[in-house]
Amino acid sequence: MSVTVTEKAARHILKTLDKRGKGVGLRLAVKTSGCSGMAYALEFADESQPEDLIFECAGVKLLVDPRSLPYLEGTELDFVREGLNEGFKFNNPNAKAECGCGESFAV
Amino acid sequence: MALLQIAEPGLAAAPHQHRLAVGIDLGTTNSLVATVASGMAKALADESGHILLPSVVHYGETEMVVGREARAGQADDPLNTIASVKRLMGRALADADESMRSHYLLSDGPGMVGIETRAGRKTPVEVSADILRNLRERAEASLGGELTGVVITVPAYFDDAQRQATKDAARLAGLNVLRLLNEPTAAAIAYGLDNAAEGIFAVYDLGGGTFDISILKLTRGVFEVLATNGDPALGGDDFDQCLADWLKAQASLPDDMPVEDRRRLLALARSVKESLSGQEQVVATCSFSNNLSIQVPVSRTLFSELTADLVARSLRPVRKALRDANLGAEDIKGVVMVGGSTRMPHVQTAVEKLFGTAPLNNLDPDQVVALGAAMQADVLAGNRKSDSEADWLLLDVCPLSLGLETMGGLVEKIVPRNSTIPTARAQDFTTYKDGQTAMSVHVVQGEREIVSECRSLARFTLRGIPPMVAGAARIRVTFQIDADGLLSVTAREQTSGVEAHVEVKPSYGLGDGEVARMLLDAYGTGEIDAATRMLREAQVEARRLIDATEAALATDGAALLAPPEREVLQTAIYALAELLETDEGDTRKIRAATDALNLASADFAARRMDASIKRALAGRSLETL
Repeated sequence: MSVTVTEKAARHILKTLDKRGKGVGLRLAVKTSGCSGMAYALEFADESQPEDLIFECAGVKLLVDPRSLPYLEGTELDFVREGLNEGFKFNNPNAKAECGCGESFAV
Repeated sequence: MALLQIAEPGLAAAPHQHRLAVGIDLGTTNSLVATVASGMAKALADESGHILLPSVVHYGETEMVVGREARAGQADDPLNTIASVKRLMGRALADADESMRSHYLLSDGPGMVGIETRAGRKTPVEVSADILRNLRERAEASLGGELTGVVITVPAYFDDAQRQATKDAARLAGLNVLRLLNEPTAAAIAYGLDNAAEGIFAVYDLGGGTFDISILKLTRGVFEVLATNGDPALGGDDFDQCLADWLKAQASLPDDMPVEDRRRLLALARSVKESLSGQEQVVATCSFSNNLSIQVPVSRTLFSELTADLVARSLRPVRKALRDANLGAEDIKGVVMVGGSTRMPHVQTAVEKLFGTAPLNNLDPDQVVALGAAMQADVLAGNRKSDSEADWLLLDVCPLSLGLETMGGLVEKIVPRNSTIPTARAQDFTTYKDGQTAMSVHVVQGEREIVSECRSLARFTLRGIPPMVAGAARIRVTFQIDADGLLSVTAREQTSGVEAHVEVKPSYGLGDGEVARMLLDAYGTGEIDAATRMLREAQVEARRLIDATEAALATDGAALLAPPEREVLQTAIYALAELLETDEGDTRKIRAATDALNLASADFAARRMDASIKRALAGRSLETL
C-alpha cells in the first residue's frame, strides 16, 4: 500500500514548498467530479488530519485521506515537461479510462 | 493530457474549471507574459528560454516576425522594423513622438497615426496586436490551453485614448481583457503581497520609453494609489540616445548617416549602457558603412555625468507626486524599483539619495509588472476563493481631472485628479436662457481652467428639456469611470427625466497636446487661469444681465417706465454691450459696467415687483389672503 513520487517530482515539490515558506507536505486526493467520474486534487498541506495516511518518499511527505486511498493505491506522481508546458502527472494503475484532457478518470 | 499544478489547501479546482489567466506587460522596449502556477507568479519563457520579448515587429517580404529575430534585423531593414510602437498608441500624426517620426514613414489616418511598411499601412494598434498575439501563443503553449482572460498593464499616465487603443490591440490579438492595470500598481501587487509590507511606498518605474512614479498606501493587503505622476517621454531609450550622440561626436561621425548606421549606433549605445551596470569601464566598438568605425572607451562615471540630466528629469515628477499626496520624502517607507533602466547604478543612487532609503529591488525589475498583472489576472479569473487572504481590493486613480465646458469656455471639474476609481460623481447644472430646450455637453480632460487648453474627449447634446425660465431646469450630469479608467457621461433633466448618454471612446489623439505637457502647464499657469476665469465669469454674468433686462423691457418697459427712464436703462445696456463687443478683456471695467446696469435697473425691477404683486392682490379682500 503506497503512493510514490518520482525524483523529479520530489525536487519540484520541495522547491515550491520552500518558496511558499510553509506547509507540512503535499495532499493527494480524489474528488467525485469531472467528466469521467473522478478528479485528482493536488494541494499544499498546512496540517495533517488524524485519519490521514502519510507516505514519505524521496524526502516528500504525501498525505492521503483514507477515502481517496483506494483510488490512488500504487500511484506514482511524476513531474513532466511537454513542450513549453510543465506540471504533475498521475501514473495511476487503477485508472481504466481518462477523459480527453486527463483531468478526470474512471476506475 | 493536462498536467496538474499544486493548489493552495482547499482550493483545488474542479476539472475544467481552472481558468487560465495571464498578466501581460506590454512594454515600449520589451514585453513579457506571466501566470500564477502552484500559487507562485512566474514569467513564461519561449522555446529558447527567453522571457523578455523585444517589442519589435518586422514586416518581411514573405512573413512577419516578432521579438529577438525582428530586432536582429532592425539595422538591415529599419523602415519595415517597428520598435517602440507604444509611443504611438492612441496618437494622431500631429502629436506623434519626434524620435518616431525620424525613424518611420508616418501617415495620418482616420483617428490614429499609421506606419507605412512593406505590408501596407499599419496602425500602432495592429503592431501591438502582433506582439500580443506572439505572447498569447507562448502562454497557450506553456499552459496547455486557451486563455480565459488577461490583465494588460499600461503606464499610469495613459489617457483614455491610449487605454482604449491598448484594449483594441488585445481584442485584435484574440485576447479577453479582464482589466487594464497601471504598471506601478502591478509592481506593488508583486511586491506588496509577496513581502506582506505595510506603509506608504513609492514605485519608481523607469522603463524603456516611459517614466512613472506612484505613491501607494498598503494596509493589510489593501492598497490605494495616493498619487501618480511621470513623464511619458523619458526612459532607457533616452539614455541610449544620449550616449549615442556623445559617441557620434567622439568619433566625428557625420550627421547624415544612413538610417542603418544610426540604428547600429543606437544598438551599440544600448549594449554599452547595459554592460556599464556590471562593469566600471567598457570599450565601445562598432563599424559602419563607408569604412567608418568607432572605438571609444566609456567609464561608468562618464556615463553617469552624461545622463545626469535625464536622472534629474525623473526626480521632478517624483517631488510633484509627493506634493500631490501631501507627503514628504521621509514618509515613504520604501521605494520599489521597476523597469530595466533602474539597474543603472547612478539611477539607484539618485533615488536612494532623494528618499533616504535603499530602494527595493529583490524582484527582477523587468518582470515585476508582469508578475503583479498575473496575480491580478488569477484573482479576476476566479481562481482564488474570495475568503482567502489574497483577496485584496485595488484602488486606482484617474491621472487627470475630468470635467465639462460651461458658459464662457470654462471648465467645471467633476472628477478631480487622483480620485480613486472606479468612481461616479454627479453635479447639477442649469439652463442659461429662458426657454432653452437643449444643452450641449462637452467632456474635457486636463488641469487647466480653460477648455481650449484641455483635451477634448467627447461632445453630446441633451435635448427635450421642457421650456423654463433660465436657471429653473435641473440637469444632473454624472461622470462614471470603470475599473479600466474608461469614462461614461450621462446628463439627465430631473423634472422630465430626459436623458442623454455618451461612452467616451475617445477619438484617438484628437486633443491638443499630451497629458504630461498639460500637467506641467497647469502648475505654472494657476494665476493666468484664475484671471481668465474671473474675466469669463464677469462676461457671462454681464451677458445674462443684458438678456434679462432686455426681456423685461420688452414686456413691461412701455407700461412701467417713462421714455427718459427707458433711455437711461438703454444707455447702460449699450455701454455694457459695447464693452463686451470690443473684447477688451478688462474684468474690472466689465464688473463696473455690470454694476452700473444693475443700479440703473434697480428701480425698474422694484416697479415690476410691485406691479406683479398688485396684479396678484387685485380684487381680493384682506380676509382671503
